[in-house]
Amino acid sequence: MEVFLQQLINGITLGSIYGLIAIGYTMVFGIIGMVNFAHGDVFMVSAFIAMITFLLIGALVGSVPVVIAIVLMLVVAMVLTSLWNWTIERVAYRPLRGSFRLAPLISAIGVSIFLSNFVQVTQGPRNKPVPGMLNDVIILVESPTYNVAISYKQIMIMVVTAILLAAFWYLVQKTSLGRAQRACEQDRKMASLLGIDVDRTISITFVMGAALAAVAGVMYMVYYGVVSFSDGFNPGVKAFTAAVLGGIGSLPGAVVGGLLIGLIEVFWSAYFTIDYKDVAAFSILAITLIFMPQGLLGKPEVEKV
Amino acid sequence: MANETQTGGRSVDIGHAAKDALLAGLIALGLFGVFIGLQTVQDISNRLVLKVRPEALAVIVGIIVVGRFLLNVFVWGREPSHKAAVASPSGGLLGMFKRLCFLVGVVVTLVAVVDIGFRLAGGALPNMPISPPGTMGLGSIILIEAVAALFGVVLIAFGQNMTERAAALLGPAGIGFLAAFPIIAILGAGWGGSLKWIDNFGIQILIYVMLGWGLNIVVGLAGLLDLGYVAFYAVGAYSYALLAKEFGLSFWILLPLAGILSAFWGIILGFPVLRLRGDYLAIVTLAFGEIIRMVLVNWVDFSGGYAGISGIPRPTLFGIPFNATDEGFAARFGLEFSPIYRTIFLYYLILCLALLTAFVTVRMRRMPVGRAWEALREDEIACRSLGINTTNTKLTAFALGAMFGGFAGSFFSARQGFISPESFTFIESAQILAIVVLGGMGSLYGVVIAAVVLVGGFEIMRELDFLKQIFGNDFDPALYRGLIFGASMVVIMLWKPRGLISTRTPTAFLKERKTVSGDLVKEGHG
Repeated sequence: MEVFLQQLINGITLGSIYGLIAIGYTMVFGIIGMVNFAHGDVFMVSAFIAMITFLLIGALVGSVPVVIAIVLMLVVAMVLTSLWNWTIERVAYRPLRGSFRLAPLISAIGVSIFLSNFVQVTQGPRNKPVPGMLNDVIILVESPTYNVAISYKQIMIMVVTAILLAAFWYLVQKTSLGRAQRACEQDRKMASLLGIDVDRTISITFVMGAALAAVAGVMYMVYYGVVSFSDGFNPGVKAFTAAVLGGIGSLPGAVVGGLLIGLIEVFWSAYFTIDYKDVAAFSILAITLIFMPQGLLGKPEVEKV
Repeated sequence: MANETQTGGRSVDIGHAAKDALLAGLIALGLFGVFIGLQTVQDISNRLVLKVRPEALAVIVGIIVVGRFLLNVFVWGREPSHKAAVASPSGGLLGMFKRLCFLVGVVVTLVAVVDIGFRLAGGALPNMPISPPGTMGLGSIILIEAVAALFGVVLIAFGQNMTERAAALLGPAGIGFLAAFPIIAILGAGWGGSLKWIDNFGIQILIYVMLGWGLNIVVGLAGLLDLGYVAFYAVGAYSYALLAKEFGLSFWILLPLAGILSAFWGIILGFPVLRLRGDYLAIVTLAFGEIIRMVLVNWVDFSGGYAGISGIPRPTLFGIPFNATDEGFAARFGLEFSPIYRTIFLYYLILCLALLTAFVTVRMRRMPVGRAWEALREDEIACRSLGINTTNTKLTAFALGAMFGGFAGSFFSARQGFISPESFTFIESAQILAIVVLGGMGSLYGVVIAAVVLVGGFEIMRELDFLKQIFGNDFDPALYRGLIFGASMVVIMLWKPRGLISTRTPTAFLKERKTVSGDLVKEGHG
């Protein structure tokens, strides 16, 4: 029971990170029907930005309270990652709207390879360890054999994720920007006829996805304390799995899917074998796409001729 | 009148262009400032410290600002006339590009041929830019030039609109060159020097050509984006390695067996996923590719895990091994033992395998199933309405592509003598895909050109000394491989979404066979 509780906490933490990335996939897919293959690498880029910001703070200011450091990291990572994703959309995806079916996906694969290699070339191929932050733990359940503990970072990750999701939900549901986005999702041509700047809305979608991925990147960096140029691929595919599992195009679905994938991964590692935890995630992806392509909360896709 | 408005517009444009360029520079500063301006390195106590690199950042941002400004003024400033030109395909950009190709092709071919002549005659041209004198043997230089000449001929043919006759000549000429390549290499670089050429260039490029042609069946002909192609390569490699080591079976029995096993896996993996739409299919094949690799990594009893399998038996010439014993190839034929015989044998082996792939592809395109593939690529719903069994059609393409991947895999493990899961990562799949996409999906020549440029290009870059002088001594082009692969995929998609060779020769036609531009073929959504 104690093990279960502990794994539940770990799983929700990991799932929060996956959920934040998954929103970027699901929003982009919803609005332009494209699998943004590079999103995982955008997430990796944001983790690097956070890491470098952290070092920069240390070098320029010396020691600052952890909270301020994390807030600064969040702000810088969100701004710069948004700039990256905005540029990527502008350069690599926008000209391909209306091109043949697979062109944007191939372009996105190119961007993904480019980003991971860019970071490898500029920052070096080695893992980058960062000094641990917020390592203290609160012991929730004490027992002679196993203590269930929740660390400050885990609390921080859950709280920040919850706050951001609430803010994000408000943005999409209650503001005119969100309305424009939902309109574009339903019918881009009609939306543009009604005076919505579709290109701008799509750009903003990419920016929002990148900002959330940046939060995930900061959390990931703080949680694991190490980043590497190849860190984009696995979390990226798992977050995509989460988006598919939750029903691609559905925002609550992405969060639910992220939590599920995080829990499945953690429980799989705890109770079965840690070697095959990625196989488990990939199998869920394949099985969901084959047997339940609409996901848990998505709408079934109707093929029009 | 059009001219006047243009010049009038352009004089105003300068200020706008400068502003735009500065904005681009600012964005570039934001993007690259963190990554290029600052570098994280580990100090002695293994802690991360920052190193500042302002020069590199300034150079990159400067290039972007100046480049953007020049583009604004000289290229994009004349947007309207360009758009008009694109509308008429004969005289427009395409025509210009073709004329350019023709011109470059003629120049390259002439320079290369003349220089080969001079060098063979003993009076080498003083300053060939291709290679600084004294760093390479004469033979190597001649070899590079022969390749350049061939490339030039291809460019000429392309510039000449690839008429039927040119295309018909190109095939035999290319095959003839490939068949003669080891002899040219030996004549040019000598016994010792030619090994590198045949191995690093010949065999390496041909493996990728073969993989590209195999994947071309799936991606180029049937239009199924397969991101896990390397899984079948791995199946072929491991099935040869394991069966040869465990049961001592010969290469010639295992080669077809590896192909069959790969095709079998292609069917198993393909069957459930082929109902999915294009990008879902891509992701699921990616997942399958990764699952197979992870099983190879984790199932240590079966595959040896990360350590891989070593000591894989080498192929024999129908039972005659290539070793120094009395039974060996050299002794049998009364030759002095040299490792080059095996390399040459491997070269011809992969050449035959690659040509088999090309032959099957060409013949399949004329069969009903091949036509069904191409129809499926263009419009799946129309195919279904016309009674084509889409599942079977896709499955044959998948299985056939997988089979050639399996052949290539078993050749790879026989050539290396050692395999590990490291060779079968997603990046490998992406590289093969990049070759197919860049060359032009569905075009056999395109795949060859892309493989030569992308695989051979990096090998040549390693040889060029002047790059070292510019970028410092520890410059390793292999580092930039992925960067260039990724960027070129994006650029090709933006510039020529159908790849470098985007013309298609139809297999079914009304009165005469005409090559059509791939742009004219519209794809449905299926």
